Amino acid sequence: MSNGSVRVRIEAAPKEAPAKTDDVKIQVRDLCYFYGKHRALDGITMDIKTKRVTALIGPSGCGKSTYLKVFNRMSDLVPGGRVDGKVLIDGRDIHDRETDVVELRRKVGMVFQRSTPFPKSIFDNVAYGLRILGVRDMSTLKQVVEKCLRRAALWDEVKDNLSKSALQLSGGQQQRLCIARAIAVGPDVILMDEPCSALDPTATARIEELILELKSEYTIIIVTHNMQQAARVSDETGFLFMGKLIEFGPTEKIFTAPNNPMTESYITGRFG
Amino acid sequence: MIELHFDEELLGLRRRLIEMGTRAEESVRLAMMTLTARRESLGQEVFKMEHKINNDEIEIEAEALRLIAQHQPVAKDLRFLTSTIKIINELERIGDLSVNIVEVAIDLMKQPLLKPLIDLPRMANIASQMVKDSLDAFVSNDSKKAKAVCERDDEVDNLNDQLFRELITYMIEDPGNIKRAVDLILVARHLERIADHSTNISENVFYIVEGKTIKHHHFAHEV
Amino acid sequence: MNETAVQERIVSSFRATRGRRRTANIVFFIAVTFCAFTVLLPLFSILSHLLTQGLRSINVDFLIRLPKPVGEPGGGMANAIVGSLILLCIAVLVGVPIGLGAGIYMSEYASSRFASMVRFVTDVMNGIPSIVYGMFAYAVFVLPMRSFSALSGGAALGIMMVPIVTRTTEEFVGAVPQSLREAGLALGAPKWRVTLDIVLTSAMSGIVTGIMVALARVAGETAPLLFTAFGNHFWHSSLTEPIAALPLQIFAYAISPFDDWHRQAWAGALVLISIIFVVNLFANRYAIRQSHASHVKR
Repeated sequence: MSNGSVRVRIEAAPKEAPAKTDDVKIQVRDLCYFYGKHRALDGITMDIKTKRVTALIGPSGCGKSTYLKVFNRMSDLVPGGRVDGKVLIDGRDIHDRETDVVELRRKVGMVFQRSTPFPKSIFDNVAYGLRILGVRDMSTLKQVVEKCLRRAALWDEVKDNLSKSALQLSGGQQQRLCIARAIAVGPDVILMDEPCSALDPTATARIEELILELKSEYTIIIVTHNMQQAARVSDETGFLFMGKLIEFGPTEKIFTAPNNPMTESYITGRFG
Repeated sequence: MIELHFDEELLGLRRRLIEMGTRAEESVRLAMMTLTARRESLGQEVFKMEHKINNDEIEIEAEALRLIAQHQPVAKDLRFLTSTIKIINELERIGDLSVNIVEVAIDLMKQPLLKPLIDLPRMANIASQMVKDSLDAFVSNDSKKAKAVCERDDEVDNLNDQLFRELITYMIEDPGNIKRAVDLILVARHLERIADHSTNISENVFYIVEGKTIKHHHFAHEV
Repeated sequence: MNETAVQERIVSSFRATRGRRRTANIVFFIAVTFCAFTVLLPLFSILSHLLTQGLRSINVDFLIRLPKPVGEPGGGMANAIVGSLILLCIAVLVGVPIGLGAGIYMSEYASSRFASMVRFVTDVMNGIPSIVYGMFAYAVFVLPMRSFSALSGGAALGIMMVPIVTRTTEEFVGAVPQSLREAGLALGAPKWRVTLDIVLTSAMSGIVTGIMVALARVAGETAPLLFTAFGNHFWHSSLTEPIAALPLQIFAYAISPFDDWHRQAWAGALVLISIIFVVNLFANRYAIRQSHASHVKR
């Protein structure tokens, strides 16, 4: 032991893998969605677990994108759209009168099919959400922007060029930028609507890797028409057809021994 | 449901597996006949068949792997292809065991019978039937039949124990009996193994059809 | 007929018509080339006339001096040049906000019925003779103000710009992909911020081009200025006074009996065309540069 003053080095706590619980983040109960007379979603009941990836698969027009949009109330934007049933996030009904839609959209972020970088610099893109929330302090913005770009596995590629226009990035980079932008405001849930459908296989693989990393911090719901992708990244999978939830369960079970014959015929490609 | 080109290929693989299974079944039957009828020519048939069975295993496995790589199958297709690979393993072992029986039989032919063969043919019948039934279960996707095969395994095991105890007494009686007794014990052992492999095949068939596994379970507490 | 026979029929008919096809191609090519040159011909003759006549009379004096009294040679159109520029600035201040606002409203907020009604109205407005705009500005600005003024002239030109700016704004704002708006809304931005920060910025290059096109159009208008700006032989002292403008001055000089003034009229026309040409050039370059920036590496 040294004499005199003892300098104690406080070690950072060893990194433990976050305990996976089976907590439910979102409860959907008997959800129906109409626009005009058309019933796009019919009685969907589902539990979405915290910090897991839930995939939604189904043929075109089955309502999976519509369903996704309900979670951040982007479904409100459809003229004549009406929601029946309940969607509870952290126990609170999101269609309640008291719900602040802006706060909901901060908490539930979204990444779209085609990457949608704003016509601004890379920095301004990521900082946009924060600025909307009123964050003006440059050093805070810089910190958050760097953290999010790192999280989105984009930092190394753009760190020297943050003031470059976001429109000049490649498709895969733009999509990762959109992911960084979405996580900048600190959401709990990230919705992804076919995020890789416009990307080449390498870019797709990177985004899938990213999803697997992100799930340690965020609850992710991904809509995909690519079944292998759903099988690769998700923990639980839901199969939708004509607005109804046909089957929902652990991905491993759905893809090795699904209960419903319709599910089986869809995933084996024999859906006629 | 739409028909895929893949379905044709799966059907082709199925047919080949059934062919291989039929050869295995036949080789067990012939092996027992070699023993009971004491005809070496039958034994030669078994050797020839075993070559074919080994070939089958190699070709079917390659085809199954190709289909897995090219089609990324899921659900039942996946279960079918992975189980096929396991089943052909079992069938190949059955073929080997038949050859082992023939080798012992040929040896035994050089000496007179130690005792009238009663239990061994009985075991062989059951084992043969188990091989046949497990293949039938595969052909008709019959999970009940498959389970029934698994349940018969105990019968064969019991017969094996019985025969063992009987042959021990022969050996104690007269050391000159030892060689023949041991040979018979070996044959019984081979038959018992054939029954085990049939059980394994049936478990795989059950998995293909039901998506649940009944392996390594005592049937009192099955899934 | 079996398949090979059919195939042979097709191939032989193809070969037979080869000559005819070649001739038709050539004839068509000659016809459209001829049309293209016919279009260019009047344009070139005007420009060449303008250049020869105008260049002869342009000198430094012309650009910086005031007009001389009637009959005296010399002098220039400095006040008219400056006046035209001022009028265009006022026009932009009047026309652009209205046109932008209307265009944004039609694209983002209006129902499709209302929007198509407004579209129809703006199309009609485009066809209204420019003198009618002048009369309107006369009634609305000149009479109450009791004097001709730069403001009324600029307003008249500005109102003329509105239909074009509205239409281009509506079109370019409408062309912004819906997914961009959704992305903004999904971050929690209110609609007005999405419209300003994201949608407008995206459409900006098209909108600016539209504004420049409108500007180029009204820069040379004479009729609306006849009884609004009215013209001035001297420098204006305030915007509520009559102001000189190039088209007006050119008109006045061209119908005069003086040779010197005729020459100055040509020079004025050349200056006017040059201003319009420069504006168009900028509009073009800007549009191309923006489209390069936004269409890289998809």
